[in-house]
Amino acid sequence: MLTVLILLIVLMILGAVVALESRDLLSGVISLGICGFALTIAFLLLQAPDLAIVQIIVETLTLVILIAAILKTTREDTSEPLGFRKILLWGMGLVAIAAFLLVTVGVLRHLPPFGAPELRMAQPYIDGGLPQTGAANLVAAIILDYRGYDTLGEATVLFTAVAGTVAVLRSVGRKHA
Amino acid sequence: MRGMTIIVQAISRLMAPAIFLLGVYVVLHGHLTPGGGFAGGVLIAGAFVLLVLAFGSEEWRSRALNWNATALESFGLFFFWFLAVLGMVQGVQFFVNVIAKSEPGTPYRLFSAGIIPLCNTAIGIEVAAGLFSIFICLAVMKMGEKP
Repeated sequence: MLTVLILLIVLMILGAVVALESRDLLSGVISLGICGFALTIAFLLLQAPDLAIVQIIVETLTLVILIAAILKTTREDTSEPLGFRKILLWGMGLVAIAAFLLVTVGVLRHLPPFGAPELRMAQPYIDGGLPQTGAANLVAAIILDYRGYDTLGEATVLFTAVAGTVAVLRSVGRKHA
Repeated sequence: MRGMTIIVQAISRLMAPAIFLLGVYVVLHGHLTPGGGFAGGVLIAGAFVLLVLAFGSEEWRSRALNWNATALESFGLFFFWFLAVLGMVQGVQFFVNVIAKSEPGTPYRLFSAGIIPLCNTAIGIEVAAGLFSIFICLAVMKMGEKP
């Protein structure tokens, strides 16, 4: 399973790089889809069906929205090529990647092995989820009972995002219309 | 936005109710099976997005639809807040599962787990209406058009 996971992660990195580098916005969006759907398969392999369902549906709807937005506006990436500044940016990026890898290798050495987490907080949830809340789906018991406050904040964030989108895209105010 | 060909329209007319129903199922069974308010809400929004893409936005009178979507989104969030404050009204903590405390219900049944199915319904309404408003704004509205 670890081999399949590594293959999926390599595929996701390739998709992300193609999405960043392509000049055609439609192929960029489709490469982004590779990233999301590979993540769905990874969630399924790691036995997280809740996350997999949310990921595959949100990914599909996001792709549809992005493609519809591209079809209504422009398909061409109209930003100017960076020229010689590109070399400087590549150099800084490589330095940042090297520093990140160095720190990550140092941190990963102290982590518990894959599949054996040392979370002490998880065991009371797993033991008491069904008797305390009555919800058979442990994920629902956690996000809507134990951690309901977080979910409330998340719903508020989504509401604020939608309100901002509607307010920005409405170029005529209510008073003047 | 113009609609698509009659083949796409016929297929989406068949598929959209099924997608909508699957979304409602996922929302209502969120405390029993994988899924929940967020996934089911996005499914419900997807059914409407499919219809708008297939039939075009003129047919849907997007202004009235978008107003309904915005109002429903506010209602979903308000319902969720109401359920959260219900615990304080009862004199316990914020966000306590008040229904499960008084009537526990049988686990693995549809009517169990107290306010968790109600919270899932609230989140489902909010997510479906919110994502559909974003889609209408980004893909359908012309520049300068009032929502």
